[in-house]
Amino acid sequence: MLKHHDKIEKNSIILLILTVIVISIGGLVEIAPLFRIESTIEKAEGMRPYTPLELAGAKIYKREGCYGCHSQQVRVLRDEVERYGHYSIAAESMYDYPFQWGSKRTGPDLARIGGKYSDEWHTRHLINPRDVIPESIMPGYKFLIERDAKVSNISSDMEVLRKIGVPYTDEMIQNAVSDAFIQGSTDRESDKFIARYGNKINIRDFDGNPNKLSEMDALVAYLQVLGTMVDFAKFEPMTIKEFNDLQEKIKTQNNKNNEK
Amino acid sequence: MATNHNHNLAVDYNYDILKLFTVASVFWGIVGFLAGVLIASQMAFPILNFNFEYTSFGRLRPLHTSAVIFAFGGNVLFATSLFVVQKTSRARLWGSDALHKFIFWGYQTFLVIAASGYVFGITQAKEYAEPEWYADLLLLPVWVSFFVVFVMTLKNRKEPHIYVANWFYMAFIVTVAILHIVNNLSIPTRLDSTQSYPLFGGVQSAMIQWWYGHNAVGFFLTAGFIGIMYYFVPKRAERPVYSYRLSILHFWSLIFIYIWAGPHHLHYTSLPDWVQTLGMTFSIMLWMPSWGGMINGIMTLSGAWDKLRTDPVLRFLITAVAFYGMSTFEGPLMSIKAVNALSHYTDWTIGHVHSGALGWVALISFGALYHLVPILWGKKELYSLKLVNTHFWLATIGIVLYIVAMWISGITQGLMWRTYNEMGNLQYSFIDVLKASHPLYVVRALGGLFFLTGAGVMAYNFYKTIKTNS
Repeated sequence: MLKHHDKIEKNSIILLILTVIVISIGGLVEIAPLFRIESTIEKAEGMRPYTPLELAGAKIYKREGCYGCHSQQVRVLRDEVERYGHYSIAAESMYDYPFQWGSKRTGPDLARIGGKYSDEWHTRHLINPRDVIPESIMPGYKFLIERDAKVSNISSDMEVLRKIGVPYTDEMIQNAVSDAFIQGSTDRESDKFIARYGNKINIRDFDGNPNKLSEMDALVAYLQVLGTMVDFAKFEPMTIKEFNDLQEKIKTQNNKNNEK
Repeated sequence: MATNHNHNLAVDYNYDILKLFTVASVFWGIVGFLAGVLIASQMAFPILNFNFEYTSFGRLRPLHTSAVIFAFGGNVLFATSLFVVQKTSRARLWGSDALHKFIFWGYQTFLVIAASGYVFGITQAKEYAEPEWYADLLLLPVWVSFFVVFVMTLKNRKEPHIYVANWFYMAFIVTVAILHIVNNLSIPTRLDSTQSYPLFGGVQSAMIQWWYGHNAVGFFLTAGFIGIMYYFVPKRAERPVYSYRLSILHFWSLIFIYIWAGPHHLHYTSLPDWVQTLGMTFSIMLWMPSWGGMINGIMTLSGAWDKLRTDPVLRFLITAVAFYGMSTFEGPLMSIKAVNALSHYTDWTIGHVHSGALGWVALISFGALYHLVPILWGKKELYSLKLVNTHFWLATIGIVLYIVAMWISGITQGLMWRTYNEMGNLQYSFIDVLKASHPLYVVRALGGLFFLTGAGVMAYNFYKTIKTNS
């Protein structure tokens, strides 16, 4: 071994090339197969892209670094399912660019926070967490309620997201700004908005101030939809047989493609 | 291995750029430790968030992690790698002064743009890859220049063999480039926008992010600093590396196995199970090359153990390698799915990271800097070895307070979250568990304060060393 290694350590280019080969293998084996999306992400009814207001909320969530203390991933462990609800499935984060699973729970998991607390609770909690939970160590976000939600440019976010795989339609993108205002109030015509995104959307004044579409409206709208899209009464985890059938289908499809 | 080279032939080494990187290391180290102490204190006393968006934990945490990893660690790696490659090749640093300056100022600009961006809420929202697209683009030419300068200096070497430290440095430089490019593939929302969306979402983005994240640990915080170990430990101990055969085995197995370990960050999640199992398997295997490297480092002291008593700089280096051994045993343990079910999402992870970051990365950096400063500034010795010793104990006490607090806090969290009462219901609410952590968060912040104070002592010692005429 030592004799052969002599050649490598006397030539920087050989050393470099071998290093690149050796470090590439693991990543290729683990990452490439995940892009055969059929077997990575189970089909789940109810998943839809975020509405413009929810998307604006997701941007605030990222901007403030919420993922540093909150996960969005219920693991397949008994206590987690009891504490937070049904374990997370891959389909639920398919429209998150990037994923927001997090790595630390200084605060609780938020994968299924939607609908668990009232809008008023969220608003008060975000303004000063210690008003509702005295022992909380979360920072206060009072400025969210004072600031207008930035929705005027949200359509360019949606256009980019469409390019990379989120199924926004032309209509959704054209009406983005008005849809955001419709979702954040109770007195606007909402039929077309509902037709675009389906009937499982929260349409109301989230922050308690009907005269303003604030960042608080956007963030609470986002939080209130988390984990509520998939109807788990209808969701059946894939059986081994279904999984094998799917693999078989992919194989024949690939073979067909190869023949072509 | 023996070759006839003329040791009298003096090489005119280039130290100018190394001095800048050394000063930047100390500066960013203190910035990063200070940010760490602040956010640790915020977790003990939330009033320290000041209800002000620019000082909230969520925005300052990436500032802390980037400042310690990429700013402090990064500058140490630049300084040491460009020193070691010259010395072990007996060749002057390749490239013009302008190119070297571009690498230095380009990198510092990248750091300032990234760090100030976080405070204003500009982030990709991926841990350890927060800098946005324009900062990522700026880093590319800087890193490529670094790579070219390093490899060209190697090519100009007067020694037939490439010294083992340089294998690790080169693997660090080239792998970090690949990780950086792949994990930051993204599309700006608009060309005038500071924000972008990554090409990958959901489960794929999770896998790529932790392939990146774990190998930032593996190649930035391990391979690079192993390079430091292979040069500075033998140099300081005045002994050859313990086993040449072991270093070959160490190098190839470490870089091959590390790449696979990322999925252990995603156990029991919606990542397909086979990837999790593969990640766990390789993480456990990783224990072996890690300890191979540790043994090679510590056993280099064979026959020179007494130097530990007399040389506090060597004490920094060797304690670092011991911490490396400890956290590379803890890591594989935590990657086992059953252990991870308890440890993940808790402070145990934070403690583990810091036993590596403070115990291994920072201590070996301090040791290397203490060795470097007198050489670079042409002084006979450091201003005060006594102060080096003071720093050593401040840092060590700080680390012990930190990791013990996080072990207790983390395991408490993991256990309390899964405790059931006699009725078969969960016993504790989330906030009950958080309350239990409060005293430990105070101890952790105190540990950080010790560590920061030690770094301040080091900065003073360097200042006096440079100012003193000798």
